[in-house]
Amino acid sequence: MSAATIVSLPDQSTARVPKMNFLTRENGLLSWLLTGDHKRIATLYLISITFFFFIGGSLAGLIRLELLTPQTSLMAADTYNKVFTMHGVIMVFLFLVPSVPATIGNFVIPLMVGARDLALPKINLLSWYLYVIAGCMVIYTMAAGGVDTGWTFTSPLSTHYLNTHVISTGLAIFVAGFSSIFTGLNFIVTIHKMRAPGMTWLRLPLFVWSNYAASILMVLGTPVLAITLVLVVLERTVHIGVFDPAYGGDPILFQHLFWFYSHPAVYIMILPGMGVISEVVSTFSRKRVFGYTAVAFSSVAIAVFGFFVWAHHMFIMGISNYAALVFSLLTMLVAVPSAIKIFNWAFTLYKGSITFETPMLYAFGFMGLFTIGGMTGVFLGSTGTDIHLTETYFIVAHFHFVMVGGMLMAFLSGIHFWWPKWTGRMYPEKISQFAAVVTFIGFNFTFFPQFILGTLGMPRRYAAYPPEFQALNVFSTAGATILGIGYLLPILYLTWSLKYGAVAGNNPWQATGLEWQIQSPPLTENFPVIPIVDHEAYDYEWLERQQEKEVASVG
Amino acid sequence: MSEHNQHAQHKEQGEHDQEHHIVSPVIYGSILLALLIFTGLTVWMSFIDLGEWHIAAGLTLFWNPVVALAIACTKMTLVVLFFMHVKYTTKLTKLTVASGFFVFIVLIGMTMTDYFTRAWGRW
Amino acid sequence: MSDSTATASGAVAEAHHEHPPYQRHHFESVDQQFDATNFAMWLFLLTEIMFFGGLFTAYLIMRNWYYPAFVEASHQLNIGWGTANTGVLIVSSFTMAMGVWSAEMRKKGMLILFLSLTWILGMAFLGIKSIEYHEKWVKHHVPGLHWSDSSFLNPASDPEVYKEYHDKPLAPDMAEKTGMYFFLYFAMTGMHALHMIIGISLLTFMIFRARQGAYTTGHVTYVENFGLYWHFVDIVWIFLFPLLYLISRY
Repeated sequence: MSAATIVSLPDQSTARVPKMNFLTRENGLLSWLLTGDHKRIATLYLISITFFFFIGGSLAGLIRLELLTPQTSLMAADTYNKVFTMHGVIMVFLFLVPSVPATIGNFVIPLMVGARDLALPKINLLSWYLYVIAGCMVIYTMAAGGVDTGWTFTSPLSTHYLNTHVISTGLAIFVAGFSSIFTGLNFIVTIHKMRAPGMTWLRLPLFVWSNYAASILMVLGTPVLAITLVLVVLERTVHIGVFDPAYGGDPILFQHLFWFYSHPAVYIMILPGMGVISEVVSTFSRKRVFGYTAVAFSSVAIAVFGFFVWAHHMFIMGISNYAALVFSLLTMLVAVPSAIKIFNWAFTLYKGSITFETPMLYAFGFMGLFTIGGMTGVFLGSTGTDIHLTETYFIVAHFHFVMVGGMLMAFLSGIHFWWPKWTGRMYPEKISQFAAVVTFIGFNFTFFPQFILGTLGMPRRYAAYPPEFQALNVFSTAGATILGIGYLLPILYLTWSLKYGAVAGNNPWQATGLEWQIQSPPLTENFPVIPIVDHEAYDYEWLERQQEKEVASVG
Repeated sequence: MSEHNQHAQHKEQGEHDQEHHIVSPVIYGSILLALLIFTGLTVWMSFIDLGEWHIAAGLTLFWNPVVALAIACTKMTLVVLFFMHVKYTTKLTKLTVASGFFVFIVLIGMTMTDYFTRAWGRW
Repeated sequence: MSDSTATASGAVAEAHHEHPPYQRHHFESVDQQFDATNFAMWLFLLTEIMFFGGLFTAYLIMRNWYYPAFVEASHQLNIGWGTANTGVLIVSSFTMAMGVWSAEMRKKGMLILFLSLTWILGMAFLGIKSIEYHEKWVKHHVPGLHWSDSSFLNPASDPEVYKEYHDKPLAPDMAEKTGMYFFLYFAMTGMHALHMIIGISLLTFMIFRARQGAYTTGHVTYVENFGLYWHFVDIVWIFLFPLLYLISRY
């Protein structure tokens, strides 16, 4: 029957990872700490992000352990507040926002556009250092006693009623915000100004379009978060009163400014993941993405519309009903481009030659789970239902479906997809497929019950809950254990593969795209000669012709 | 490969002429003068009551802040177009500047939809 | 063409094609470098627009809510100093633009002159600002640190301002909102002044490098991009001036 895989590796008895590549070019700590090479910076990011992911994940484990029992058995309620706050802060700002852009994006975008590096390599390095500084500040906050406001720092709780480390967390996120801004800025300049000859906008891989859209959001949205945090810090230190009703201020103003960034932030988080899915779905169906233009423009549409809907996070906070109406209508609009992508991926699969390598398993997981998460988002965008569902576990389930079921799966899909390019080695297929399935099962067990809990009325951010909710919570925690195993396995086998994985060669997936036409791992300068592009994206006929022309050579 | 180089150089020449249009000091001087005049104008107008326009019940537009902001926007436009060379620059830069203003207006404008309509009460 | 091994020797021949010393290796040409860095600076200015945007939003709301307090509080700002500062910054924008012109025309002496003038004007702005801030401190108009409502509860107690504007005494709850005005005044002009300080520091570095001839050999990128930053900071002040000083002086 058909081959169960499209993987095409060089003859393992003679294949070697190329001696000269970006990893071996220079040695020594300083060559890494002072590098301008986007691929090294991406590697540094990958290590740091994974580190913070595991801290955030451990905090999630603590949350689920606490929620096994209706009473506050494991920790005091105040401590629980700190645990979920730190979990949110770390996962959102130190993991999800930089995940695909700063790791995979940094690595792959110059390769995809045919450039030797990003436009501003030093700024790229600065971006990583800012991330590390922000991370250290967050660790300091945790060590010093944590912050318990929730990652959304809702005022007046965060500005007036709590005595925890809001200021240091706020400043940490301020720094992390600039890390994000510089990454986005770099991408926009690179994509506009450094495309290889012949690489027109409509020939770019869709991953580039998605990251471009996310970068616009980073550049235009994050500064508003920055000034908001400055105002919170000033409010707490000097008590100026801009968020304090007693002085004539308005706590809702904080929320307007905070969500003006934080809503586009969710698109910053998901768009690069959608870009990964476009690449993976195309490669593993051996078919160009259906409706390339629609998918490309839908990314930009999501970015633009994403700026108009932020107050749907504030429906119950005291904004006027008329404003709520406007924002609710606009929220319905922003769902459309996301749906367009799902339809287009589905049509890409139709009549494609589908194989089920690990990246594709994660992509399938994404498509299903993101659809559920996205649709529940529409329920929440409607003011009438939102009033009942917001601040319950329904919201928690919604955003975990899109962020974990969606984005994290897309991240893992991308890591597996580009792993051979990055390291020159293949990960072990069987155990990674197993891990993907375990993750999918664990995810559903963890978060689907939370939709039910939310509709039943269990509030979020509560350490204790009425006993009738216990069964579903236990179910959810059991799922979380399975999920944890699913996330632990990749660390183990990916590390193993660095030494023992099969040699990958240039193009193990037989993918189109400029990054697959060069060696794995790439040279520091990426391309010996800047390519001239004369074919469309996802042109598998072009790839076939290339393979016929190519002199058979090792790796 | 060498053709590629020559081709790139040709492109460079063409773009070079467009990118590096050097604005003359005479223009800079005229803009400086205009900006100073506008500054004087806006200070002068702040001492005069320009009245208001009653658009509808409860909705009044006061002319002083409108005029002051209009003058400020004019000054900004002059600085952006001439001192910052945007008049002589690529479409991309113009689009970038425009998008910055657009998102700024969205921030202020859509936030104001909440504040302006709170007084309208419930449905 | 895309096979790395076949063109390795070609790559060595490529690597030594002519480019000026200031062109970074990841760029294909000087023009690409100029274009890219110029565009990058514009994107950075976009982030600055949005950064100040949050403060402008807060200002707009508070001014609408507490207009009488804002009017009387703004009378406490000396319009002479404010106008002078506006003039100083506008002229400094002119001198900066002339500096860019000098770099483009490769006139080193003029470049140093104009950069130095810009520097002096920038310092003059900060000097005037510190006089104003000092005055606010002396009059107890620094909210949170050194504050008193008395100039607004009883405007006659401040003869210097009273004889100009004859303000009515404010009710106590409105009088305390003048604190909101002054908070926004210090936050917005303070953030602006911080950007001026950064600009002046960069200018100092640039004057030093200009004397070494760094910007008059065709590599105008740094001067041009810094000019964009300087003009942006000027534009912020162009808006701060009417919003803070010229609310209503009749």
